[in-house]
Amino acid sequence: MSISEGTLITPADFTGAGSAGDVSERGKFGVFGGRFVPEALIPALDEVAAEYEKARTDLAFIREFDHLLRTYAGRPTTITDVPRFAEQAGGARILLKREDLTHTGAHKINNVLGQALLTKRLGKSRVIAETGAGQHGVATATAAALMGLECVIYMGAVDCERQALNVARMKLLGARVVPVTNGSQTLKDAINEAFRDWVTNVDSTHYLFGTVAGPYPFPGIVRDFARIIGVEARRQVLELTGKLPDAICAAVGGGSNAIGIMHAFIEDEGVQLHGYEAGGRGLETGEHALTLTAGSIGVLHGSRTYVLQDDEGQTIESHSISAGLDYPGVGPEHAWLKDSGRATYHGITDAEAMDAFALLARTEGIIPAIESSHALAGALKLGRDLGPDATILVNLSGRGDKDMGTAMKYFNL
Amino acid sequence: MTTSLEEFLTARRAAGRRLLVPYVTAGAAPGWTDVVRAYADAGADAVEIGFPFSDPMLDGVTIQEASDRAIAAGTTVTEILREVTALDVGVPLVAMTYGNLVFQRSGAEFCAALATSGLRGLIVPDVPLEEAGDLADAAAKEHLDLVLLAAPSTSRDRLRQIAGRSRGFVYALTRMGTTGERGEVPEQAARLGRDLKELTDLPVLFGFGVSSPAQAAELARHADGVVVASALMRRLLDGARPRELGEYVASIRRALDGAVDREPDEHATLPRHRRRPDPQDQVGPLPRG
Repeated sequence: MSISEGTLITPADFTGAGSAGDVSERGKFGVFGGRFVPEALIPALDEVAAEYEKARTDLAFIREFDHLLRTYAGRPTTITDVPRFAEQAGGARILLKREDLTHTGAHKINNVLGQALLTKRLGKSRVIAETGAGQHGVATATAAALMGLECVIYMGAVDCERQALNVARMKLLGARVVPVTNGSQTLKDAINEAFRDWVTNVDSTHYLFGTVAGPYPFPGIVRDFARIIGVEARRQVLELTGKLPDAICAAVGGGSNAIGIMHAFIEDEGVQLHGYEAGGRGLETGEHALTLTAGSIGVLHGSRTYVLQDDEGQTIESHSISAGLDYPGVGPEHAWLKDSGRATYHGITDAEAMDAFALLARTEGIIPAIESSHALAGALKLGRDLGPDATILVNLSGRGDKDMGTAMKYFNL
Repeated sequence: MTTSLEEFLTARRAAGRRLLVPYVTAGAAPGWTDVVRAYADAGADAVEIGFPFSDPMLDGVTIQEASDRAIAAGTTVTEILREVTALDVGVPLVAMTYGNLVFQRSGAEFCAALATSGLRGLIVPDVPLEEAGDLADAAAKEHLDLVLLAAPSTSRDRLRQIAGRSRGFVYALTRMGTTGERGEVPEQAARLGRDLKELTDLPVLFGFGVSSPAQAAELARHADGVVVASALMRRLLDGARPRELGEYVASIRRALDGAVDREPDEHATLPRHRRRPDPQDQVGPLPRG
């Protein structure tokens, strides 16, 4: 079903089966998902959903997306065997999917290019986005610059301070960065503020949502644009090893890189799917982002999913050394994958993640994002469980340059 | 059987009154229940009580700040319900909160708790029509009116469905955006009010951006009344006492009554909600004289 020689993505890649999420069910993944938003946004969400439904089966749109992935984002990204690192995993074979090698250095570029194209199809001239660590903000500002769209990024004031370099990047790329001083002044408040902007400026503006959370149709759209990660990796692992991997490991904050690599494997029943959340300082300290592992079902930012909340339903501030995983919610499809038993979710503490971060740097010459280091730490544990014959595919979702400030402090460099 | 929110508001409207529903965030200041009493004494037709939520997506800075203060002060649903149970102010009380508090245990349990505490209505701005089905059933079982919202962006077909499913009144947004004070009355509000009045006999109340007595009176000409939230909560955050908040509500009450007095209406013999707007009249039917 290839559209032409050398293409990365086909119409079938967009509509890969294996998910309970069905457009006709208004984005319900089992009991999760849905559209818990103000009435004023419903027409805009309907418009985005309708346009995306047309786009995903439109060969011209798919070709354009494919062209950008190849010629701008730097796809396909390779897979890398990391035997020296894997010695610490009981000798299991570990393969990294190298999303760190994409333009802007993380998997976020896939989604923003797709949604920026969608923005143009919608006839809108302005994009807004939320960002925590600044990675999605930088990616959005990049795509907006490429396509000549006005760009406004909402970022918690606390995060602006922690990630000053990314604020400068976004400004250089022509975006306006608005520090959010409400609430906890972090990612969740940036999302609240972006929704407020959208409800006010919906005629001109597309909300370029950064993860597989939020109201229908965002969880499905963001997943489809990130799905290329797993589509490529599945082919690459088969070609390299002659078989499918035994397990997939990915870090989970909102969940876009994880769903991106997992989705193409959902129907491969022999392939275990493992998501790793930020355990922060440990479950018992209460300072973590263990939404799936320790949260409960609630409604946050437009969908029903697992949420870190108190008995009353007030959200609890999360903690992680990795800003990209520091979020008290999670995408509804992960909630469904958890409850259906298809995927398993675990916690990785700050310390475990930082150990894996340093280990990969020293043994393989690759400095990973701290987010991705949670998946690496998970793979080390999993390898010991599965034994030396196992092959584990890890989504190295981003590079660690942005994390050097944290690393300098943590390791006293 | 006690009077429902809808019956109460409809009866007041039938008596020729413009409806006024002021809002207070529960727990935003000590003694907030005195604010509810002051509102009622000042001529409110119902009082909206906000149950504070940590992530109030539809609210502007004023109500977010009020909510943050209330949560920081340890306000809980249980405590609000306990205080509300002891309140008898002679007009219906309506809860306003977000889905995550409502569904925390279950919609049915939340509605039952509200009803037990004597509340008559519920507004949940992040639960739109297609997510409201089960909650509407649960509310109906408890004789609690689930009020749905309509926005200027809402299509006519959806307006019809919203008007059909809403109970108590229809909460019409004056504009696209969040709660907060703003100046003029937008044309889109006039249009929405007119469309809703054509579609339903339910009272239609405007909310969002009602920031002065004169503006409230102007808006009320396009519907049956107004909800006033941020203008009051800003005063409360600035330290206004219940008596002063009551005086402000009284000034809106006078403006609304004045609007009724001032405007002659040649159709006054018809029940107001049965009248249809004159196509020549860009701002909808004239209020009753």
